[in-house]
Amino acid sequence: MDEKRSRDVWVFAEQRNGELHDVSLELLGKARELADKTGSRVAAVLMGYHVHKLAQTLVNHGADMVFVADEPRLENYRLLPYTHVFESMIKEHGPDIVLMGATAMGVELAPRVAARVRTGLSAHCVDLKLNENGNLLQVVPGWGGGVVATIACPDHRPQMSTVMPGTMKALPEEERKGQIEEIYVDLPDSNMGPEVLGVERVVAGEQPLEKAEVVVAGGWGVGSEENWSLLEELARLLGGAVGATRPPVDEGWAREGQMIGQSGKTVRPTLYIGAGISGAMHHVVGMDQSKHIISINSNPDADIFEASDVIVAEDFMKILPPLIEEIKSRIK
Amino acid sequence: MNRIIVCMKPVPDPKHWDKVSMDPETKTLKREGIPNIMNPLDKHALEAALALRESHGGEVVLLSMAPPFAKTTIREGLAMGADRAVLLSDRVFAGSDSLATAEILAAGCRWIGDFDIVLCGNLSIDGSTAQICSQLAEMLDLPNVMHVTGLEESAGGNLVITQKIENGYVRLASGFPVVLSVRKELNKPRYIPFTGILAAESKEIAMLSNKDLCVDPEHIGLEGSPTKMAGLEVRKFERKKEKLEGTVDDVVKKLLERIYQCGVIEC
Ligand SMILES: Cc1cc2nc3c(=O)[nH]c(=O)nc-3n(C[C@H](O)[C@H](O)[C@H](O)COP(=O)(O)OP(=O)(O)OC[C@H]3O[C@@H](n4cnc5c(N)ncnc54)[C@H](O)[C@@H]3O)c2cc1C
Ligand SMILES: Nc1ncnc2c1ncn2[C@@H]1O[C@H](COP(=O)(O)O)[C@@H](O)[C@H]1O
Repeated sequence: MDEKRSRDVWVFAEQRNGELHDVSLELLGKARELADKTGSRVAAVLMGYHVHKLAQTLVNHGADMVFVADEPRLENYRLLPYTHVFESMIKEHGPDIVLMGATAMGVELAPRVAARVRTGLSAHCVDLKLNENGNLLQVVPGWGGGVVATIACPDHRPQMSTVMPGTMKALPEEERKGQIEEIYVDLPDSNMGPEVLGVERVVAGEQPLEKAEVVVAGGWGVGSEENWSLLEELARLLGGAVGATRPPVDEGWAREGQMIGQSGKTVRPTLYIGAGISGAMHHVVGMDQSKHIISINSNPDADIFEASDVIVAEDFMKILPPLIEEIKSRIK
Repeated sequence: MNRIIVCMKPVPDPKHWDKVSMDPETKTLKREGIPNIMNPLDKHALEAALALRESHGGEVVLLSMAPPFAKTTIREGLAMGADRAVLLSDRVFAGSDSLATAEILAAGCRWIGDFDIVLCGNLSIDGSTAQICSQLAEMLDLPNVMHVTGLEESAGGNLVITQKIENGYVRLASGFPVVLSVRKELNKPRYIPFTGILAAESKEIAMLSNKDLCVDPEHIGLEGSPTKMAGLEVRKFERKKEKLEGTVDDVVKKLLERIYQCGVIEC
């Protein structure tokens, strides 16, 4: 193996339309922590067109250096050109670790890059740490979250992971100094895969569930759209966001973007309050890293209680209305 | 259209996942007594293939890497309408991670040959890596698109693909051959017709081992997989589990106290 090796930790700085995805900043926070343990550097990989202005943001969130590949053919994300550029950067600099968000883009790009450079990749990680040899341990939920596996990649470099958005913490932005290095892009003209015909943005208008300090979540037990408004009111009073299990989304009480769990979002708020939720693993994996968990369920044997700090074994309709009134009167 | 390959993974039925436990000695999962089903998204991939066959002709071939007992699940796919199946089964494949699996499936695709599209599910419910589509395409040196929620053919004979991303969609134009992985919004899988069950009995399931595929032994199985399992636990929770008791009034008061203690509101 005559390729270069370093101990550097890389983060793919995902952007569309000049907007960085939050997960990239979260990953920089984690990368900083890992790199500081081994005394190595954090580098961000930024690709696109007219994206230089983002480089300083990456530095301010913890990157020691930023590799920028800026050119018209990279304006829209396209899998094969991005893979090509990523591959040549990895071969040139030999990073030890490469982290990417488990986003639509990340889950498509990361496996292609890992296969191209023939290394291991673990998917949808929720935690990352170093073992005594300085190897990366990647914690991934499997089987709907009922099983947690720790994956290592001892003999291949780089060690690559895609990481669930919302599971790592970004460092606060502060003015820092970093090196910004322009990458010369050498793309073949042919065989660059599907052409982008257009990108259609659906206006989000959703509360940033993953960022909320308080999440009030409801399940099938909430029973109706009318009852659902109680959750919304409580969330509003606590300055939080409303989340859901799958059934309320299927029923139309909540939107798809509010679903928490294996097929939805991962949240780790300071306080999670759940009502009418049974505690299926599929849901629990998305919330069990919350700091405090309060559960209200009329079934005293509900599984969710196993994952709760505070247990209220009552009909939520008896609890939430007086609770809301009480909070209102105190806030006044 | 000449041929469409649908990658189909038999997975343990999630209805029975509570029966999963860990063998404390071998540190492997015990999944005895859990029946297998077709990975749910693979049904959507198969439906897409069958719809394309209806409008453009060609044949639909199922491809699975699994132990021989997977035949039962494969028969379901044949009953749904696939023309034939290829099952890659060999002890040396056991323990393969996504990279190794992709290499084996790629060899299977080459063995089948002459295909226009390879369709996969976006992710499997047990392993849930969602890595196979991109890695298989890389091994085949073909382009690929994940998160597919729409497929049409354009006037020019290209494939027009709708890809779901965060807060929106990307429209892509692709030539052939191409590897795609689909989301459930793409279509609604058809029910298996009774006649299909009968027809499936006589459809061919070709069993191949690595003698047929000749994948580099250093690239497959537990040994050939770059990722290694360093630990495995069946999840348990360590929470305070403090039960609030008393009259409803008492409970509400205590609950409010606990909320204040979290420091999320000021009094
Ligand atoms: C592949 C796959 C992926 C999935 N992904 C997800 C996911 O990402 N997120 C997710 O949430 N689910 C997911 N699911 C679904 C998941 O398995 C469960 O079905 C779901 O989480 C159950 O939601 P629930 O707790 O709201 O409903 P239920 O299980 O029906 O529970 C309702 C609860 O409400 C309680 N209740 C009823 N009335 C009251 C009352 N008046 N007051 C208080 N309590 C009451 C009941 O005691 C019960 O415990 C997935 C499933 C599959 C197969
Ligand atoms: N062993 C396998 N045999 C056939 N297809 C597979 C296999 N493993 C994964 N796939 C395909 O790859 C898709 C994604 O799986 P995964 O990347 O494991 O989440 C599945 O929906 C299948 O279409």
